[in-house]
Amino acid sequence: MSVAAEHTEPARRLLGGLRRGRSISLLEHQARIGPVVLDTALVDEVAASGLRGRGGAAFDTATKLRAVAARRRPILVANAAEGEPASGKDKALLRATPQLVLDGVVATAYAVGARDAVVAIASGARNELESVGRALAERRGDPVRIRVETVPDRFVTGEETALLNALERGVAKPTVKPPYPFERGLNGAPTLVQNVETLAHIALIGRFGAAWFRSAGSAESPGTALVTLGGAVRNRGVFEIELGSTLGDLLDRSGGASEPVAAVLVGGYFGRWVAAADATGLRLTHENLGAGAIVVLPASACGVAEAARVVRYLADESAGQCGPCVNGLRAIATAFAELDTSPAPAHARLERWTAQVRGRGACRHPDGVAGFVESFLDVFEPELARHARRGRCAASTRGWLTVPGGARGR
Amino acid sequence: MGDERTLRVDPIACDGHGLCAELFPERVSLDDWGYPIIDPTPIPGALERVGSRAIRQCPKRALAWSNRPRAR
Repeated sequence: MSVAAEHTEPARRLLGGLRRGRSISLLEHQARIGPVVLDTALVDEVAASGLRGRGGAAFDTATKLRAVAARRRPILVANAAEGEPASGKDKALLRATPQLVLDGVVATAYAVGARDAVVAIASGARNELESVGRALAERRGDPVRIRVETVPDRFVTGEETALLNALERGVAKPTVKPPYPFERGLNGAPTLVQNVETLAHIALIGRFGAAWFRSAGSAESPGTALVTLGGAVRNRGVFEIELGSTLGDLLDRSGGASEPVAAVLVGGYFGRWVAAADATGLRLTHENLGAGAIVVLPASACGVAEAARVVRYLADESAGQCGPCVNGLRAIATAFAELDTSPAPAHARLERWTAQVRGRGACRHPDGVAGFVESFLDVFEPELARHARRGRCAASTRGWLTVPGGARGR
Repeated sequence: MGDERTLRVDPIACDGHGLCAELFPERVSLDDWGYPIIDPTPIPGALERVGSRAIRQCPKRALAWSNRPRAR
């Protein structure tokens, strides 16, 4: 199979044919998919493709493109903050094929009339900074000025308004919307913020078209997506999947679970828990994938201890601006840790407080935590009952769910 | 007629003084930490003056109408 054909094979579009550990050069990249396509009709092509953002919120991409295309002197920000600890797919993409991302930046900026673009990368992502810097130095003749900037390595940095504040003044704090970034964004300019994987898909849609894009995935959830698979599987790492395919398919490709499974976290730390019995048949779509992080929790782990560490981390990662988030998440983290020793009152408090914090921040941080906690309480009900009968749990707490600075995955 | 007005709170500006809940208990309650929870039920004309008063009295200017009345 030729390289180009391999590249267009479903589920190998972004990462197909790439060798691990090295990024491809501009020449190799262009031999694979040809030169970047500059065309304002790209906006309509993206609309026809049904592409949704791959940064977590799954918002309709064409709607965002149109919102800034109608305005004067917009700016494009490519979002590679990837603050989610369980996710590594944006970094993998930037290391493996930075030119595809930059093609997406150039094609998108051209289509919406932006002359300036910023690629925002977490400050700790040194290899990715180097990869993108090298790729940028290779390019000639782009009609867009692209600069690379680092942003703080925090969970909330990827939120659009937090990202813009990080770029403007080095502080990753969300602001109240409206105004939305498309109205008033970076330094007051109408700003389009797109995740780097989304931009890579846009580059391919510009090259191969909407019908090609839709030839992978399902009608409701078209195309492919990168997922970061972690936890108790034989081969952890970044996989490209067709949307609408099952979690079982993905687990098979990873060599299967490495030990008996308790539950699977789908959609990262703002995602949902799925019981082992329901996991293999689950269809992965834009509705449940979030930013594409999936963690398989083994039966040997203490789910309460694992999840409690994540909830505490997320509470600590509050930007500290909104009362319900600061106070509510702190209280939720404390109650969650008490599920171990006094499950009944802790359970009741968690139900009350997750309901109270929803929708009450400037961003969706409290909502994300509430979703994680509520689905945990549903799925881990049997385990919680066991804890209640036996008191403290003796299962392993070795850190399947990673948090920065804390217990790391094996 | 036809204005569906509700209140909204700017959660960054709000410091949890709680005056709004005292002045406008028909639509504002407080969470377990003293921050306002707004009832999204539209506010009838008879209650608009109470709502306006709560907005004016907020020491952090964190309370506002969520949609302006229609231009007449």
